[in-house]
Amino acid sequence: MTELLEIEGLDVEFPTRRGTVKAARGVGLTVRRGEVLGLVGESGAGKSTIGAAIIDLLEPPGRIAAGRIDFQGESLRGRTEDQMRRIRGDRIGMIFQDPQTSLNPLKTIGEQLVETIRKCLGLNEAAAKARAEKLLEDVGIGEAKARLGAYPHQFSGGMRQRVVIALALAGEPDLIIADEPTTALDVSIQAQILDLIKALCRERDVGVIIVTHDIGVIANIADRVCVMYRGEVVETGDVAQILGAPQHEYTRSLIAAVPRADRRLPRFASVDYIEGGAQAFRRIDVKTHWLGAAAREAAGQGPALSVSGLNLSFTLQRAVLKKNRKHLKAVNEVSFDVAPGETFGIVGESGSGKSTVARIIAGLYKPDSGVVRLMGQDVSSVPSDPKARAARRSLQMIFQDPYSSLNARMRVLDIVAEPIRFFKLAGSEAEVRRIVGDLLDHVGLGAAAARRYPHEFSGGQRQRISIARALASRPRILICDEPTSALDVSVQATILNLLRDLQEELGLTMLFISHDLPVIRQMCDRVAVMRHGTICEIAPAERLFEAPEHEYTRHLIDLMPSMDLLGPAPV
Amino acid sequence: MTSAPDPAEAPPAPHAAGAAPEHQGRMGFFARLMENDVAYSFTRSPTAIIAAAITVLAILACFAAPILAPFDPFDPAQISLWDGKLPPAWTEDGQAQYLLGTDNQGRDMLSTILYGGRLSILVGLTAVALGMTMGVALGVISGYFGGAVDAFVMRVADVQLTIPGILLAILINGIGRAVIPAELRDDFAIYVVILAIGLTDWPQFARVARGATLVEAQKEYVMAARVIGLPSWLIMLRHVLPNVLRPVLVLATIGLALAIIAEATLSFLGQGIPPTTPSLGTLIRVGNEFLFSGLWWITLFPAIALVTLVFAVNLLGDWMRDALNPKLR
Repeated sequence: MTELLEIEGLDVEFPTRRGTVKAARGVGLTVRRGEVLGLVGESGAGKSTIGAAIIDLLEPPGRIAAGRIDFQGESLRGRTEDQMRRIRGDRIGMIFQDPQTSLNPLKTIGEQLVETIRKCLGLNEAAAKARAEKLLEDVGIGEAKARLGAYPHQFSGGMRQRVVIALALAGEPDLIIADEPTTALDVSIQAQILDLIKALCRERDVGVIIVTHDIGVIANIADRVCVMYRGEVVETGDVAQILGAPQHEYTRSLIAAVPRADRRLPRFASVDYIEGGAQAFRRIDVKTHWLGAAAREAAGQGPALSVSGLNLSFTLQRAVLKKNRKHLKAVNEVSFDVAPGETFGIVGESGSGKSTVARIIAGLYKPDSGVVRLMGQDVSSVPSDPKARAARRSLQMIFQDPYSSLNARMRVLDIVAEPIRFFKLAGSEAEVRRIVGDLLDHVGLGAAAARRYPHEFSGGQRQRISIARALASRPRILICDEPTSALDVSVQATILNLLRDLQEELGLTMLFISHDLPVIRQMCDRVAVMRHGTICEIAPAERLFEAPEHEYTRHLIDLMPSMDLLGPAPV
Repeated sequence: MTSAPDPAEAPPAPHAAGAAPEHQGRMGFFARLMENDVAYSFTRSPTAIIAAAITVLAILACFAAPILAPFDPFDPAQISLWDGKLPPAWTEDGQAQYLLGTDNQGRDMLSTILYGGRLSILVGLTAVALGMTMGVALGVISGYFGGAVDAFVMRVADVQLTIPGILLAILINGIGRAVIPAELRDDFAIYVVILAIGLTDWPQFARVARGATLVEAQKEYVMAARVIGLPSWLIMLRHVLPNVLRPVLVLATIGLALAIIAEATLSFLGQGIPPTTPSLGTLIRVGNEFLFSGLWWITLFPAIALVTLVFAVNLLGDWMRDALNPKLR
């Protein structure tokens, strides 16, 4: 079989004012017809850069410094912009991450498809329309004829991504480059889209490059895999070999960091290949340490956190007349108890209301009805009650996005010290500084971090700062709202390990919100499954995964990317 | 789990790609300043450098007027009516000691422009400071709390914005003058003008601050502060305010230029600062009366000074808007 695309010794540079950044160094890879090549790596690995370099769409000032890119035997380098534009439409199709921005919102799906088909294939209007209809059917959109007149906003995210795929296929390309095609989609839609791409690849005998950070996607769709790390391809091979028996040290640690869906591990294997600066977790003496003060207080009887009959509707459309108002029931009769020291998970797809529940419990939203009790104290009925305020202090929250959860204009010292200073949890300023240094040390950052500003830290390090800030209030209950979904997989593993260590050491009660079932399985004792604002099922984690009762739970578990290729879990 | 090595024994791995460079505490102030993206963009923009140079020079010259100016236009002893209406020094009838000529009362034009410019800049700065403080405070509060407070504040702002700014300033100015007893009117004229311009300015600041607050209040660091249990005023002051200041500062720069113009307009209309303590606007008005008798220099030089100053400040504001907007970088 001849190679469809051959890349050799590719160097991509980004000149900046602080010197030249080499985004790719000596990259070599090949793609054949009818084959899906997975290009996998963590953020900053240069995987998207390779995709952009092939089609000459590097963001300025990026440029190809050296190397060979041969497509069907002819070089793609040194082409004029005009020639490249023809190649991009006719012979190489592209699928981007966000279907929202890849489509023109002012034109109908039909107009966009017909325009592309006519430009690429030179057909007349009627023939192009017929082809557009056929394409929509091929990508699994029913009633294609009627849908051609629809605008992008009338489609759901998954449907839009199907349209983007149809657009990529419009010019009958020989190669498709898909950059994180399913990252913005829910798991159930992700599986469908991946199946579609794989089927199209086989049927049309085209080559596909899938750029992704997600090992699950790779396991499901790729035939061969290129693993990238810091601009270099560290390992290339068959998907079964890469996932099952990785050779390179980086690949091994990457695979070890992937949360397993098939069984629960006591903790993630050591994976600090990326977050190398983090120190090992050292136990503290809870009996004497500042952090332990709250843990030493007599633990009350009954559940640490109790929620009963929560309801909350958001107004979608205001109107003077009641019948014209539109509401969305975001949370519907949600009730559950969390025992002290337990990790309770809430899992669901986007829009299921899981984050809304967390925010109601944290006091950020006021429920329409229902009661939230922390340590037996009602905190939702009269929020200004001093007793309720005191109880609230025993609850802290860790947020999803480490880039927006820290105030960029404050030093780390002031961020972490804020609750200590405000609630006067320490005697003197010197003591405050000592405690902050201690906390930063404890979350694996080192006390020296206190002098610096948040922008000087990576995502995982910022999440550690968030954890230190949450601990500074000496909480008994910790809400983690998708704490690792914005992080790379190896960083995720270290953060999850840290959360587990802290919980065990301080006896924290944890409410863990995630859309990621494998992560839930690794972290939680009991799990609630949410859909459309209601709880479908609450069960101990192991039972939920081994013997799900609710239909929707079974559906979710079936959709999890298969990890069979990963080989048996370490014991 | 015995197979996993202790993280402490793992070899030190390289840092995450894309992480910010390590900043050393030893780095000098200037070096740190140059690391800053805004400072970098400044050194790359000739327009910004020239505009900043003109602005700084003008401000310095005006505030150093008592030292730089050859005469003191407020000192009756130095004014001689015999020297009135003299043309600039380079013309036929000009005298060397009066570089830009003299006005109808025999005051040296250069000195009056320097002193007048000082007053114009001072009025502009304080008026903008007043409008900004008021507007930002109201904007942040209405953006943070929303609901009825927001609706009330923003409707008041909307109503005020339907009235042309200069008319409103004249109105406030008129009311202010009417309230003050006649004998004190001239002494308080400056403060009334500042108040009039400041009160006209605030809705712009309130709108910008409110918009930025709406975005910031949804961010997770504000939620984190709320979960910690900090009171609203502290969250607004410590977390929201510093993060909404960027667009406000841009507006303040452009607002400074507008305030200087507003002051000049008020004075030109005879509503502002009395001719005994002239500002640029007053000078232009006085000169205007003599323009058609051929005494062009009395109005031209203050006008050039005003236009140059406003133009430079505006250019600076434009550059700042682009430099501080991450989308345009």
